[in-house]
Amino acid sequence: MDKFKKVAALMLLGMCFSAAAAMAAGGGMHMEKADIDPGNVSSLQRGARNFMNYCAGCHSAQYVRYKTIGKDLDLSEEQLIDNLMFNADKTYETIQASMPSADAGRWYGVTPPDLSLMVRAKGADYVFNFLKGFYVSKDSPTGVNNLVLAGTSMPHVLWELQGYQTASFSTHENKDGSVTTTFEGFETLSAGSMDAEDYGEFVRDTVNFLAFISEPIRSDRRKLGVWVLMFLIFFYILASMLKKQIWKDVK
Amino acid sequence: MARIEAEVGKPQGGFVTWIDDRFPMTSTLKYHVTEYYASKNFNIWYVFGVLAFVVLAIQLLTGIFLTMNYKPSAADAFASVEYIMRDVEWGWLIRYMHSTGASFFFIVVYLHMYRAMLYGSYKKPRELIWLIGMLIFLVLMAEAFAGYLLPWGQMSYWGAQVIISLFGAIPWVGDALVEIIRGDYSISDITLNRFFALHVVLLPLALIALVFVHIVALHEVGSNNPDGIEIKKNKDASGKPLDGIAFHPYHTSKDLVAIIVFLMIFSAVVFFAPDMGGYFLEHANFEPANLTATPEHIAPVWYFTPFYAILRAVPDKLWGFILFVTAVLLPVFLPWLDRSRVRSIRYRGWIYKSALAVFTVTFFMLGWLGTMPADGLYVLMARIFSVLYFAFFLLMPYYTAIDKTKPVPERVVYHG
Amino acid sequence: MTEDDLDRNRRHFLTVATLVTGAAGAGMAAIPFIASLKPSARAQALGAPVEVPVSTLQPGEMIRVLWRGKLVFVLRRTSEMLEKLPMVESELRDPNSEVLEQQPEYARNATRSIRPQYLVIEGSCTHLGCAPLQDFEVRPAEGWEGGFFCPCHGSKFDLAGRVYKGVPAPTNLRVPPYRFVRDDLILIGQDSGAA
Repeated sequence: MDKFKKVAALMLLGMCFSAAAAMAAGGGMHMEKADIDPGNVSSLQRGARNFMNYCAGCHSAQYVRYKTIGKDLDLSEEQLIDNLMFNADKTYETIQASMPSADAGRWYGVTPPDLSLMVRAKGADYVFNFLKGFYVSKDSPTGVNNLVLAGTSMPHVLWELQGYQTASFSTHENKDGSVTTTFEGFETLSAGSMDAEDYGEFVRDTVNFLAFISEPIRSDRRKLGVWVLMFLIFFYILASMLKKQIWKDVK
Repeated sequence: MARIEAEVGKPQGGFVTWIDDRFPMTSTLKYHVTEYYASKNFNIWYVFGVLAFVVLAIQLLTGIFLTMNYKPSAADAFASVEYIMRDVEWGWLIRYMHSTGASFFFIVVYLHMYRAMLYGSYKKPRELIWLIGMLIFLVLMAEAFAGYLLPWGQMSYWGAQVIISLFGAIPWVGDALVEIIRGDYSISDITLNRFFALHVVLLPLALIALVFVHIVALHEVGSNNPDGIEIKKNKDASGKPLDGIAFHPYHTSKDLVAIIVFLMIFSAVVFFAPDMGGYFLEHANFEPANLTATPEHIAPVWYFTPFYAILRAVPDKLWGFILFVTAVLLPVFLPWLDRSRVRSIRYRGWIYKSALAVFTVTFFMLGWLGTMPADGLYVLMARIFSVLYFAFFLLMPYYTAIDKTKPVPERVVYHG
Repeated sequence: MTEDDLDRNRRHFLTVATLVTGAAGAGMAAIPFIASLKPSARAQALGAPVEVPVSTLQPGEMIRVLWRGKLVFVLRRTSEMLEKLPMVESELRDPNSEVLEQQPEYARNATRSIRPQYLVIEGSCTHLGCAPLQDFEVRPAEGWEGGFFCPCHGSKFDLAGRVYKGVPAPTNLRVPPYRFVRDDLILIGQDSGAA
């Protein structure tokens, strides 16, 4: 059965090629790892609360139904209605922003994007660093800029928790005359109600929840995958015994 | 007819006979399955044909179920994919099988084609099988390209934008051709709608028909083998090739094992890594198509990147297009480019072995480069490997003719 | 037993075992595909129970609502209408609602309703699904005491949706699950439990 190990090896080779290319394609700015734990239900529950309290005013998650959240986050219907559903009556409804998108467009110049798939599109690290990356900037109409998404129209919604910070940059003139700006670090300008560590946890829970809603089926599919593979291993054993038996008379 | 006459008045016969008298069922099964003799020394490389067939079946089945829930309009397409992923029961599994199947189709087909290059399967008398196979490959590329637009994400839109614009490079008719492909002045709802028609009706029908013809042609001349020997030359008294064994039950039982191994790998991706690190499902495609902003880093799906790298290596739009098309089409001519007297790499000399090794590396490198930004060192590398790619094919008539071959044995090599 | 026999037995066993396992695998793989054909979460959301306010509904008046894309009649019957119900029983096919699937248990009574005056009934003829017309006018000359009439194939039903004898429709009109949330609010599509 050595040969079939080779089938596997060959196809894995093809996939390694893709994976290597994927890694090479990454890179860019240094980001702090979000380090989320999709299996941590209480983190997800806190994240859901954070999301509903701070994000869902402006952002929708139009593909996500409340009852999906209830089912996967071990929340009863009452808990769901009392704690998370501020502008919906029925658990089968999807998450709509409280603010009409036309108003949002007028106030911010852009409609706040839907967050159903944000983590899948941008990655957990990106969203994590974005939410931690607001700094005071005089040039911006919202008073803040963002390290991850420069020029963002989003105001610093979480300032009461994080407080305000400034970012320091160093500039470096290259040989060809161009200037490279390097981020040096944040300095706290005014403290919020949370210290840096608590705020980090707050954002981590929120990102964890956003990762969950970007693919609610994730944990189920992994569980099912184990069973499917176990079945296939059993089937493989039978089929390869049969093959050997049949090939006995091939000389 | 003879049998009908012989059996007139006889009460027995049963269902199979009843059918056989009216349709060549048993004889077809015999010809293609139970009495189709293929060499007993098939190795690992000989499973990818049947695996391609399995992937085709997976794609057709999951595709039909996706079509039941997908909406081919610019306004609804993206949302309908999420609808499938979230609201349709098991829709996520069907969609992941289809998206993973697309990539595996190319993995398996590339390996299947590589097998032909290893063992000279395209050489006389199998040129037509190779040509039909190349046609299948081209239709598969079109099928994959049309299918990739359907989710209507950022990559769908901008990827299609780039590839369709390529045709604009053709002198005189380019612009008109691009408009005919799109059916609009830009990629729009209309384009999506017609790509949907191509993806779910025309191209799958063409694939099925071509695969059928591919197999008929194969069974007419018989399968090649890792030694590149015609097993039909050595037959026993009953006319059965001495080195051949029946497709069923020998090769079927072996193929079943291969199919299960394949399904393990396939399932591992579907259940544990459906994105495959952004390679099978690109991250940017989880954002709906935005006509006003191109994603920062745009590359086609991995299976097109080797050719895309060649396209980008050329600093001229028309020549880029020409070389791109040539690169895709060059393998068509392999049966006539290869002038070696032997088929199998086992009996070829060091020149072809080295050339194939370089080609293998070249193909992987081009694939990798196609995913990288087109600047600096990457462009230089892409140019070098593009030259190597073309050299492999264009110089083949010379180096295969002078390559010293080893004597080919009379019978296939088989170690039980 | 010779070695050949042993081999043959083993081969037979393995063939059967592989086939059975393969068939089981194919069967399990078929489940997701078949299950995907069921009403999706969106269909379920769209098919959620419907609230019908009846505070403004006058006696003798009927409103039509849609629940799960199906037509539902809500008729507020007058006392005259209710008096007619026992009178036509002899002409009906199933006056006592003995076909159990056609109504929930709580509507299996003389008026086929929770509260006598309110008739809640699906507007889909049990023959082939056409929407019956209301015809509440009493015409003694024709022997018509008021009820529903299906334009497609002439089936007739009384004011409790009970089918007359001698028409194509086999059973009474179906009563959907419903309940009174308040005296003036009916919830169609759900009989008990949370909203």
